[in-house]
Amino acid sequence: MEKLTVMNRIDHVFIERNDTLNVYFTAGYPVLDDTISVARSLEEAGADMLEIGIPFSDPVADGPTIQESSQQALENGMTIEVLFGQLKSLREHVTIPVLLMGYVNPIIQYGIERFCDKCAEVGIDGVIVPDLPMQEYLDHYEANFKEKGIHNIFLISPNTTETRIREIDENSSGFIYVVSSSSITGAKTGVQEGQLAYYQRIQEMKLKNRRLIGFGISDKETYQTACKYADGAIIGSAFIKQLKNDASDSAIKEFVKGIKK
Amino acid sequence: MSRFNVDEKGYYGQFGGAYIPEMLYPNVEELRQNYLQIIESDDFKGEFDQLLKTYVGRPTPLYFASRLSEKHNTKIYLKREDLCHTGAHKVNNTIGQILLAKRLGKSRIIAETGAGQHGVATATVCALMGMECVVYMGEIDMARQKPNVERMKILGAEVRPASSGSKTLKDATNEAMRHWINNPDDTHYIIGSVVGPHPYPDMVARFQSVISAEIQSQLQEVEGRNAPDHVIACVGGGSNAAGAFYHFLDDESVNLIASEAAGEGVASGRSAATTTLGKPGVLHGSKTILMQTDDGQVVEPYSISAGLDYPGIGPMHAHLFDAGRAEFYSITDEEAMIAGIELSKLEGIIPAIESAHALAVLENRRFERDEVVVLNLSGRGDKDLETYIKWGKY
Ligand SMILES: Cc1ncc(COP(=O)(O)O)c(C=O)c1O
Repeated sequence: MEKLTVMNRIDHVFIERNDTLNVYFTAGYPVLDDTISVARSLEEAGADMLEIGIPFSDPVADGPTIQESSQQALENGMTIEVLFGQLKSLREHVTIPVLLMGYVNPIIQYGIERFCDKCAEVGIDGVIVPDLPMQEYLDHYEANFKEKGIHNIFLISPNTTETRIREIDENSSGFIYVVSSSSITGAKTGVQEGQLAYYQRIQEMKLKNRRLIGFGISDKETYQTACKYADGAIIGSAFIKQLKNDASDSAIKEFVKGIKK
Repeated sequence: MSRFNVDEKGYYGQFGGAYIPEMLYPNVEELRQNYLQIIESDDFKGEFDQLLKTYVGRPTPLYFASRLSEKHNTKIYLKREDLCHTGAHKVNNTIGQILLAKRLGKSRIIAETGAGQHGVATATVCALMGMECVVYMGEIDMARQKPNVERMKILGAEVRPASSGSKTLKDATNEAMRHWINNPDDTHYIIGSVVGPHPYPDMVARFQSVISAEIQSQLQEVEGRNAPDHVIACVGGGSNAAGAFYHFLDDESVNLIASEAAGEGVASGRSAATTTLGKPGVLHGSKTILMQTDDGQVVEPYSISAGLDYPGIGPMHAHLFDAGRAEFYSITDEEAMIAGIELSKLEGIIPAIESAHALAVLENRRFERDEVVVLNLSGRGDKDLETYIKWGKY
């Protein structure tokens, strides 16, 4: 039991539940300084995990909703430096696991070692870098992440081969991000044709890592479907749309309750 | 082993690689595993060479420009890529890629375009092969380059506006990559330059390498030697330069000269001089030199020439720069326009404004009288008439 004190918060959540709701939002959106308050509202509303997006000028894996939020965040003045400044007080307000999601170029410019140090310092539990290939990670980045106890999360998609999935499973920690369909974020919503067969195929592979399904998870129905086949789901674009409409504490809570209840 | 060509991991020195989201991995991996085998097969080579000959009009002439040579007191040969069908070297690559796409069993083609030259070259080969074609073009570029938009439509392509980000070439490239993520099974993405994830830079360079292969044999005929002293080419993404340099990369007796667009000047804040203003970073799937803020956000470039208006360069060129293998010049809008008009008056050839950036190197650097200089004239100026007219001083 004494291991629990040093356990990564992500691993801890998966011990307790199999219907993890991970909510994504872009740092600095809709306004620069609300990162901590949005995170706190989400936790209070019942989110089990958070993913904070570092905005990038050229987010190739993202659809229009997240692109726009990134552009707005950049215009608001968000940078990695500013974000880590805001996150200094993260662990005074938020107890659930928090991941950072960001494209590789801003992280390279910040410095990968410095990035990992800062993540550990402010209490970040995992990182998702969609355009950092696995081999590149293993060759050049893994040592830094491991040393700081930060999970690096890999993605798989319907077209990922079984061999590749096994390889990703072998090199993953935290969880595997199961991209729900061949798509960018927010592009295809609802349950797609062939999607359940894909979820089932992955489920039957009995991977050693936990799995969260993301992309196109937008409401209670898609969340519950995901929970049937995986350990939970990630909501991104749908929540950004909510923030665009109304980013108040009560609206955020309403949104999360609509999915979890 | 080559010092300057791609290695087995897809890198040129520290540059290159395949920095792509996992959703693109199966497509890019399929390409990587098959491209060499396909393009080295006799069947492919036969069809490729035949089309380059009968459809594109290759070999393009290597023309001794005597009045230009006299003016600059050296021996200048122009490699006439401007005489290719569709008006630029771009079609060498699109022919190669569409033949490859067919052999991979793909039925749809997507592409990005800035000025519209690559878009037109792609729409052309799609018409030729009867394949569906979608071209992404920045909303701002669509307004700036209307005739090329219509050319693509006449050829049967669908032109989709890229309305994200800065609405120019880099965003059109983002949109094409997103489209490919959404349509991974039946679609091939024809990238227009030596950029993107491995194997694209190498694949495009191989298709364009016909330029330097022809230079070798043509020079042998007229000069009795198969290598010049200097090769000059402009660099947007770098495909015409990669093609012109290709067979000379490891022959260090050949001086390679790359010309980038300085726009209104490298210090003006309106420039596309990537090696001067950029630093190492990752964009569109490869590690290269990139114009960016301290925070790693990509900076929007500017050049009078839409084909050079890109914030990065191909990883091969980043390595040539880094290793000191090539000389890099930044040429302003004004220098390029003057050089373009000079060529028109001296040789009766109106060059593309991209190519005029290569020509402007002649004013910026001294060549010996008996040196052989090959300048890659990547395209013709028809598409740029409006810019020439606006410029006015002719
Ligand atoms: C005539 C011409 N030259 C050069 C370029 C720049 O591309 P690259 O650097 O790939 O040759 C373009 C691009 O549109 C072009 O149209």
